[in-house]
Amino acid sequence: MSDDDKGLFRNTQHLLRMAGIFAIGILIFVVMRVLFVPAGFGRLGHYRAPAITDNMAKPISYAGRDACGACHGDIVAARAASKHAIIGCEACHGPLAKHAADPRKTKAVKPKAAALCPVCHEINVARPKFIKQVNSAEHSGGDACDSCHQPHTPDVM
Amino acid sequence: MSDSTIDKSRRELLLQGGKFVFLTGIAASAWEFVLAGTPELAPSYKSADHWWAMTIDIEKCIGCGGCVRACKAENNVPLEPFYFRTWVERYHVKGEDLEHPQVDTPNGGYDGFPEIYPPEDGAKSFFVPKMCNHCAHSPCVQVCPVGATFEAPDGVVMVDSSYCLGCRYCVQACPYGCRYIHPKTNTVDKCSLCYHRITKGLTTACCETCPTSARTLGDLKNPKDPIHAFIRDHKVQVLKPQMATGSKTYYNGLDGSVR
Repeated sequence: MSDDDKGLFRNTQHLLRMAGIFAIGILIFVVMRVLFVPAGFGRLGHYRAPAITDNMAKPISYAGRDACGACHGDIVAARAASKHAIIGCEACHGPLAKHAADPRKTKAVKPKAAALCPVCHEINVARPKFIKQVNSAEHSGGDACDSCHQPHTPDVM
Repeated sequence: MSDSTIDKSRRELLLQGGKFVFLTGIAASAWEFVLAGTPELAPSYKSADHWWAMTIDIEKCIGCGGCVRACKAENNVPLEPFYFRTWVERYHVKGEDLEHPQVDTPNGGYDGFPEIYPPEDGAKSFFVPKMCNHCAHSPCVQVCPVGATFEAPDGVVMVDSSYCLGCRYCVQACPYGCRYIHPKTNTVDKCSLCYHRITKGLTTACCETCPTSARTLGDLKNPKDPIHAFIRDHKVQVLKPQMATGSKTYYNGLDGSVR
């Protein structure tokens, strides 16, 4: 009887030793995982979920056309009936989010028509025909575009 | 009878208390952003409610390069002529030789396109704006070894620049050439579909400044968005459909010569 008992528990020592090694291995794995996997990783997929809010937090440079009408309603209204109606204000005037946030601190600069208008209206074979195109050197004889065309209502004055 | 009144008041108390705790929790999470001076960043945007896409109408693109300039200004893209989140290509196809178009993109279209082709030479010529296609099955996401680039629940493919190793696998994997390594951070950068703008209700910088509305941002999960009418009313195509990337940048008037 006692011989049988001895036979049954004869091998427990090395099994316990193996279990201990496994337990230490699992503990090291858990500790390393906590240390090295960043917060939120895997919550939404194989990436860091807070990266989404990181991307949202960047500052804007273009205020968007809806911001302009609050102060410049007269120009927005005049332009609404013209051929330039669908163009956003900042397409010509450049990024003005800082100006929209504090109009006194940051001023908008009036763009130079002679440089700006040909960007869209200089004749180019690749340009679709629906847009009016001119050879600016011949068209105005050196005069600035806005000496004849008002940019917000571009028909000839 | 008295038992039931006690039960009722307990239920009310639990309901009210529960509402109080729940609502205070929401207010507290928003309050952090209010204190930081950025209440617009409070988590009111639900990414699962959107599925962003872009439409590009080649017949309306006049090659002014406004999108390229706006994108660089909005996203601090370096001004050197080989870093772009979006750029415009000019195609010049002679006769029926669709296989060999002449393609040029001087400074990505940043300074516009000086005329280099003689008029009436019988070739067809047009502009093609390019950008990240925000693929639903992005090759760039699949190859990233650390999960630093990912498809957000609203369909926008973004870069986690604080986690990117700069290993350049994704730059090679993108079939559209939409990625570059930022020279300052030495991490990858690409179009984020102006995620910091669209989550605040604004459109992207390129769509905001496009003078002919050749580019428009759309939300495919919003049934009232005009993008559904655009896709229905036009013969749209994506770039390299054979790559099965699930591109969400839909082109109208895409010529067979465009690569």
